[in-house]
Amino acid sequence: MACAVSTEARFDLDVAWRLAPQVQVRPERFGALLYHFGTRQLSFLKSPALLAVVRGLATQPSARAACQAADVPDAQLPSYRRALGTLAAAQMICRQEAA
Amino acid sequence: MTTTAALPLVEQFSHGLDAPICLTWELTYACNLSCVHCLSSSGRRDPRELSTAQCRAVIDELQRMQVFYVNIGGGEPTVRPDFWDLLDYATGHDVGVKFSTNGVKITPAIARRLAGRDYVDVQISLDGATAEVNDAVRGPGSYGTALRAMRNLAGAGFTGFKISVVMTRHNVGQLDQFKALADSLGAQLRLTRLRPSGRGADVWDELHLTAGQQRQLYDWLVAHGDSVLTGDSFFHLSGYGSALPGLNLCGAGRVVCLIDPVGDVYACPFAIHPAFLAGNVGEPGGFTRVWRESELFAGLRQPQSGGACESCAAYGSCRGGCMAAKFFTGLPLDGPDPECVHGHGERALATAGTAAAPRPAGDHSHRTSPRRGPVPLELSRRPPEPAQPPSARSGDRGGPGGRPPGPAERACNASPLAGFAPPDG
Amino acid sequence: MADNPATELASEATEDVVADEVLVEEVSIDGMCGVY
Repeated sequence: MACAVSTEARFDLDVAWRLAPQVQVRPERFGALLYHFGTRQLSFLKSPALLAVVRGLATQPSARAACQAADVPDAQLPSYRRALGTLAAAQMICRQEAA
Repeated sequence: MTTTAALPLVEQFSHGLDAPICLTWELTYACNLSCVHCLSSSGRRDPRELSTAQCRAVIDELQRMQVFYVNIGGGEPTVRPDFWDLLDYATGHDVGVKFSTNGVKITPAIARRLAGRDYVDVQISLDGATAEVNDAVRGPGSYGTALRAMRNLAGAGFTGFKISVVMTRHNVGQLDQFKALADSLGAQLRLTRLRPSGRGADVWDELHLTAGQQRQLYDWLVAHGDSVLTGDSFFHLSGYGSALPGLNLCGAGRVVCLIDPVGDVYACPFAIHPAFLAGNVGEPGGFTRVWRESELFAGLRQPQSGGACESCAAYGSCRGGCMAAKFFTGLPLDGPDPECVHGHGERALATAGTAAAPRPAGDHSHRTSPRRGPVPLELSRRPPEPAQPPSARSGDRGGPGGRPPGPAERACNASPLAGFAPPDG
Repeated sequence: MADNPATELASEATEDVVADEVLVEEVSIDGMCGVY
């Protein structure tokens, strides 16, 4: 599973995503810390549900499916889309590409 | 839907993290230099320094805690013969390393080895853009050593190494030159704040920035935005207006702490003093237990009182400034920073009268540091302490409990604040 | 929930007003009051 940096303006919930290879995830009480060893950037996930979404990305056919699997209510999807968009822009998550 | 998810970061940290984010580990008190402002009063190796095996055990713990990155310094860490082994050991166990050095061992061959490494970052210390300004603080020849190391790194293709500058009264006029130097070498400039810690206590009056220079620095940082790192050193300057990039709060005991060369754990590298000693890595439960369960850190993770500062409009930005700067100038922790941009700290210092400021705890300075330049310097020295096994050291610092102090222990007896604990919020 | 862009934009705007939850925050690891 190769990894492509996202250049889209608006995060696409309906394609497959995954955690970038150089990212380490550390769960915390409030959600999680994500550290990218390549960019040296730190991201705070301020929701345990968002952590569950991020962890589920690689095995779900789309980010939307990952949100549903993590029991994210539809009404909160915009919020999660924004969050995932931030992570994509920071290269913490990337598009799954066919090898 | 209201959950804790929407709390700002500051609030999240107040409940504590499972592991520090920015851990500083001073590997040795030995150093080939005698910088006048050294925060750890380094120079001579401490005979109780952690062994290679003990250092590996610490790294194993950091891996288990999932510490992403450790900032290694000293003294001069590369003078430890096992430094390169420990570097490999850390990076081989999922712990990234940034090490700070004066450059003495960064030969072209070493630079080439480092350039190929992921998970390793290098920081060269420099306190003047010219030899004249730098060497007045760091000693004759130190500018040349640093520049040589930088050129070796650049020559080996190591881009993005850091050049770290402690801002002083005499180098704040060289900001543009520092930036140009970093740019010319493909390096990143880092500016940090001088604190009255370690030997810094002796030179702080002469070297800390004047009010006008603080403003000058703030304006320069705002103008240069994200291209310059500060390690969040200057959040007290946020009181001027818009906050600078960074967390803008004191991370001591909450997101950062120090492991010193003998395994003592302090809230912050600028607070090497019994009042901020949380424990020792040699105690049962190791560093993990100290980080997660020490009384000192639990106290720091409670909401802190800003005291009189809370009524100031700038408080939301400056958060009362730097705990260590207040402590070592004798100011109360629930009050203004000595360099408060609105002058509240200066006023507090003036009215504090003749109350003695706490002295730094240890002094590993070289016995025969040469006098240099126009900066008057008084180094206090203690005789070396005899080697003690780690198990004998628990509970032996800073106050009641544990075994009675031995004849060589002076820090607590000499400190007027032995057993002092900072007030709770 | 319709995937009509106008609808989604409208619901995002509502979302902003009702619960401005920022779920991700980024900080440089150097921005932590680290010495080195």
